[in-house]
Amino acid sequence: MDTLREIRRSALLAAWFMVLTFPIMVIRVNTITNTIEWRWERLILISVGSFVGSLVWNYFQRRKRAQGGPRPQTADLPADLPADLPAELPATDIGSAPLTPPVEQRTWVDRGLARVGMSRATFRKPAVAVPLIVAALGVAIAYPLVTSLYQTNIMVSALIYVMLALGLNIVIGLGGMLHLGYAAFYAVGAYTYALLNHYFDVGFWVALPIGAAVSMLFGILLAIPVLRLRGDYLAIVTLGFAEIVRIVLTNWSSLTLGPSGIRSINRPTFFGLSLSLSQSINLTYFIALGLVIITIFVVYRLENSRIGRQLVAMGEDDIAARAMGVDTVRAKLTAFALGAVWAGLAGVLFASRTTFINPESFRVWESVLILSMVVLGGMGSIPGVILGALLLILLPEYLRPLSQYRLLVFGALLVIMMVFKPAGLIPKRRRLYRLQPEEIPVPDAGGDS
Amino acid sequence: MNVELFVNLFFSGLTRGSIYALLALGYTMVYGIIQLINFAHGEVYMIGAFTALIMTSVFTILNLPALAIVALALLIAIVWSSMYGFTLDRIAYKPIRNAPRLSALISAIGMSLFLQNYVRLAQTSDFLPFPRLIPRIPFLNAVPGLNSSQFVIFVTTAVVMVILTVLIKFTRIGKSMRATSQDRVMAMLSGVNVNRVISITFVIGSVTAAIGGVLISSHIGQINFYIGFLAGIKAFVAAVLGGIGSIPGAVLGSFVLGLTESYGAGYISSDYEDVFAFVFLVVILIFRPSGLLGKASSQKV
Amino acid sequence: MILDARGVSMDFGGLRAVDRVDITINEGEIVALIGPNGAGKTTFFNCVTGMYVPTEGTVTIQPPSGSVQDITGLKPNRIAERGLARTFQNIRLFPNMTVLENVMIGRDCRLRSGVFGAIFRDPRTRAEEEQVIHDSYTILRKIGIDRYVNDLAKNLPYGAQRRLEIARALATEPFLLLLDEPAAGMNPQETRSLDELILRLRSEEGLTVFLIEHDMSLVMRLSERIYVMDYGKLIAHGAPQEIKNDPVVIKAYLGEDVSA
Repeated sequence: MDTLREIRRSALLAAWFMVLTFPIMVIRVNTITNTIEWRWERLILISVGSFVGSLVWNYFQRRKRAQGGPRPQTADLPADLPADLPAELPATDIGSAPLTPPVEQRTWVDRGLARVGMSRATFRKPAVAVPLIVAALGVAIAYPLVTSLYQTNIMVSALIYVMLALGLNIVIGLGGMLHLGYAAFYAVGAYTYALLNHYFDVGFWVALPIGAAVSMLFGILLAIPVLRLRGDYLAIVTLGFAEIVRIVLTNWSSLTLGPSGIRSINRPTFFGLSLSLSQSINLTYFIALGLVIITIFVVYRLENSRIGRQLVAMGEDDIAARAMGVDTVRAKLTAFALGAVWAGLAGVLFASRTTFINPESFRVWESVLILSMVVLGGMGSIPGVILGALLLILLPEYLRPLSQYRLLVFGALLVIMMVFKPAGLIPKRRRLYRLQPEEIPVPDAGGDS
Repeated sequence: MNVELFVNLFFSGLTRGSIYALLALGYTMVYGIIQLINFAHGEVYMIGAFTALIMTSVFTILNLPALAIVALALLIAIVWSSMYGFTLDRIAYKPIRNAPRLSALISAIGMSLFLQNYVRLAQTSDFLPFPRLIPRIPFLNAVPGLNSSQFVIFVTTAVVMVILTVLIKFTRIGKSMRATSQDRVMAMLSGVNVNRVISITFVIGSVTAAIGGVLISSHIGQINFYIGFLAGIKAFVAAVLGGIGSIPGAVLGSFVLGLTESYGAGYISSDYEDVFAFVFLVVILIFRPSGLLGKASSQKV
Repeated sequence: MILDARGVSMDFGGLRAVDRVDITINEGEIVALIGPNGAGKTTFFNCVTGMYVPTEGTVTIQPPSGSVQDITGLKPNRIAERGLARTFQNIRLFPNMTVLENVMIGRDCRLRSGVFGAIFRDPRTRAEEEQVIHDSYTILRKIGIDRYVNDLAKNLPYGAQRRLEIARALATEPFLLLLDEPAAGMNPQETRSLDELILRLRSEEGLTVFLIEHDMSLVMRLSERIYVMDYGKLIAHGAPQEIKNDPVVIKAYLGEDVSA
């Protein structure tokens, strides 16, 4: 009996987890009074939780296996090439080149859309796309006007993370490089503005490009040593780099004011007008919104360009890309520099929003948080990454009582995504090129071979 | 030159080095077999220390004799850590054994974050005082600058290294491990139960990590949920320094790193103590990517 | 002489994988490099195409319409730019990119547009992109795999993957094509059609072909000259007929014991 076996397995697993988590979960020592607190009720929680968890886990694993199935090995397929190449190349009707994605590229998004008689292509039609974009913009613009200041503030923070996630997506989603030091560039941007403001009274608008430029410089600085590194070493070196930046920021007190941080950083200004707090928060919101729109535009264009292609190829197979003439050194530098630019911009915005920064805001887990957004949404997928960032910032905000479990859940989320849905919520799909029939060249001298 | 300071720093460097070595072994062995940086390895070490702390308190309240407390707490810490190591592999790594490397790395990061916060939420985020499990050894008073917990750490590390070397060189499972690390598919075809070998590797790594965790916590005297992270990263640096995949390399790298940090902190600045490891890492990876004792391996084309 | 490798050696630690190999290739030739497994053939390819920097020796090229250039130790992408393109023994496509994109990557070293072009999409960049799509598709048609244009490379049948590798290499506009076991894993039918393809590339594209191959019938049919390697050394060189009857070669293939 499959179900019975399944249940027995899960029961065993539950028992295993009860034993495993016993010391940490159940016993709690008060080292001051030297008393022990036994929290037996948690044992029940663990047993039920892991029993159900195991059933669900196994169910999804089975489903994944059934879907991915025994993938047809390419070698087993009949080679359906014509045995002899026809002397004349067949005049394929290229106008009918498949524009619906091959089945294996279809995701739940496509299936869902198909159910209501649409496809992703529907959204590319101007008649659909333009009103949608206008509506989205309308909502975004109206948002601060109809909601409270508190809500607007949260949304600013979410938008900052959208920028960060999209920036990191250039490095990790396109280039396939696991960058664990992204928060360092965020810190560089934030500190650039904070320091300029603190010492020289430089305003937000001047600091914005400077922050981006300084951050880019750091990006290139980091990229140079990691150029030759393989993926896993790259991860650890970027992580180390971020720690170095944070440690320097903490200890170089004469410049950075150390762990206590920099206070009363100026908020953004608007043509020298004096703004009330609520006005300036709304202004920050619109600046964030504007920057996010620019980011989306730029990242979209980069993705569908030569550099985007280079990065994807490099992420897929570095050696083959080099052998085919791709200058991977340059591509890597570009990816790191571009990624850093967005972190820098986000950092300046962050500093101006909170008006106070200290090194604690840029710990390693900040990088991991941004990574989680990219992974959850779907590496390389712009709508996915945006969704991931919004979910991971807004959900904990609205589920306040659960917010202490935030990092625990993010950790679990990363594992679960990798095991069950490595492509993310909205998986990236390769672009399909439409070929115009008139573009097709007449094969010259095809007849004499 | 101040001889006393120099000697003190030497011993504290060796102590660090020993702990890094106990941790680095886990990284290097796992990397040797499945080419994965087990980011959550430091968390296993932290859990080992927490388990030992909890059990010591329980046994102290039960009024067990001192020696029994130490032995039982250490034993339980080791057993539970290896259970965590084993479970960790089964949940986070085994299902994606054949996925791209990036997936496994992300999964490892996730596991690390999860375990840290699991301990933070189930226990506390504060520092807890860790009992002195290591008794004073009178005859060590003769050696200036060396205290008994340092001595015990060196001896234990040495013993663990010897046992491990014997295990890997001369036993059947050691042979299977070496075979698996050279060529997983071939090992499988020759009848090696690769999944078992991988599990055992995780268990061995967890055992040494737990020993390291308990020893250093007793030496330093306090722990919190975050201790595994930095220690883990540094031990990884040590493993890379020595040449990842090489066990003697991990030990050598650990001592080099431990001594560098100790002298760096003592003579340069203790504020930047943690920076040395990372600078070291970058320099090594640029000039000798295969580490001090690693084989110069070129990418297969 | 469009390729001239002199005294090329490659050491890995203490192991000498390629030992003072001299190989020259003339324009328009099809030359084969054969030898038992592990003889150092692929390593030699890697030395020529910049994947490895040879321990000793020099590699020079002279493109059909150019001067002699030393390419020893250049980066692989620079060598590809100068007109040497290769395929891989174990297929190395970009599995999650479409077939067309795979070929477009091959065109990459002939493109100029950069980050700003990508963002602002000026007319020059746009024209270049259109040209790339057009050129890449033309190559797919030439190789006979245009029907897969928008499929992911990993989903192609085996034979088509091998062809896609050739298409991608062609896209770099090489004058010398280095094929590493192009017929490996193919059935006799596919091999024959590969024969034709290689000959057609020479006659129509004016390509010179240098190939490593284990399929002796293909080697004998196609190549004008054959180099034989064993244990890292060049042990014979000559026309197919000479090689076929060369006792040294037979010994290398069949082992010491059988020679007599």
